[in-house]
Amino acid sequence: MADSVNFHFDIDGDNFTSAGEASVMIKKLLRQMEFSPDVIRRVSVAMYEGEINMVIHANGGTADVNVFCDRIEIVLKDNGPGIADVRLAMQEGYSTAPDNIRSLGFGAGMGLPNMKRYTDDMRIESEVGRGTTIYMTVNV
Amino acid sequence: MKIRRIAELLEAEVLCGEENLDGEVHSACGCDMMSDVLAFVKEQAVLITGLCNPQVVRTAEMMDMRCIVFVRGKIPPREVIELADEAGIVVLATNERMYVACGMLYQCGLSGGSFLNG
Repeated sequence: MADSVNFHFDIDGDNFTSAGEASVMIKKLLRQMEFSPDVIRRVSVAMYEGEINMVIHANGGTADVNVFCDRIEIVLKDNGPGIADVRLAMQEGYSTAPDNIRSLGFGAGMGLPNMKRYTDDMRIESEVGRGTTIYMTVNV
Repeated sequence: MKIRRIAELLEAEVLCGEENLDGEVHSACGCDMMSDVLAFVKEQAVLITGLCNPQVVRTAEMMDMRCIVFVRGKIPPREVIELADEAGIVVLATNERMYVACGMLYQCGLSGGSFLNG
């Protein structure tokens, strides 16, 4: 039996200040569940980058984290503009973020590559005009 | 190096986390792009930055960093300091510029740490 513990978060798209709150919460929960610091960091950084992306590009969305004994799955879903060229978006340094976001310390084109870097599996489903769903797994 | 020593070297004001000033740190990172911090930093305990928004604290928290140094005399808004305080992160503010602050700490033995491999 693959019992899991599930957490759901709504990501507020209007508020850059609160972006990352869900990731901070997940970090605390995983710490309470006594996962290793490495696993906790990988999950929380991947989710944090995803949260920031949803706020920058998609006016928010939802984050679902499913915690299994042997892995942690993260599903980030938004109804934003979608990604026209996923392969291009995965390149380090490629960004479509506006300048005001760069002045806040993001938009360096590292978000998606970082999410891939920190997870064992990452899959992007995106349709232009419809939105994007990202599935990530971190093995424990 | 003790965080207290960093504050002394940079003649920095301690904005929060006074109780953690005796914490030992071994490496640091100077950066204004938070995604770069999230990408390239490993076991770096001090973030030196000129950026003053809440995401600086969240980034430091994600990377388990223990001290943030704001350079060029910038004092972050109160909610940023409160966020760091809650996370147990020491916040320092120095009038030194980024390059000088990094150089002084490096010269005194605070290294750049190791890179994360892919």
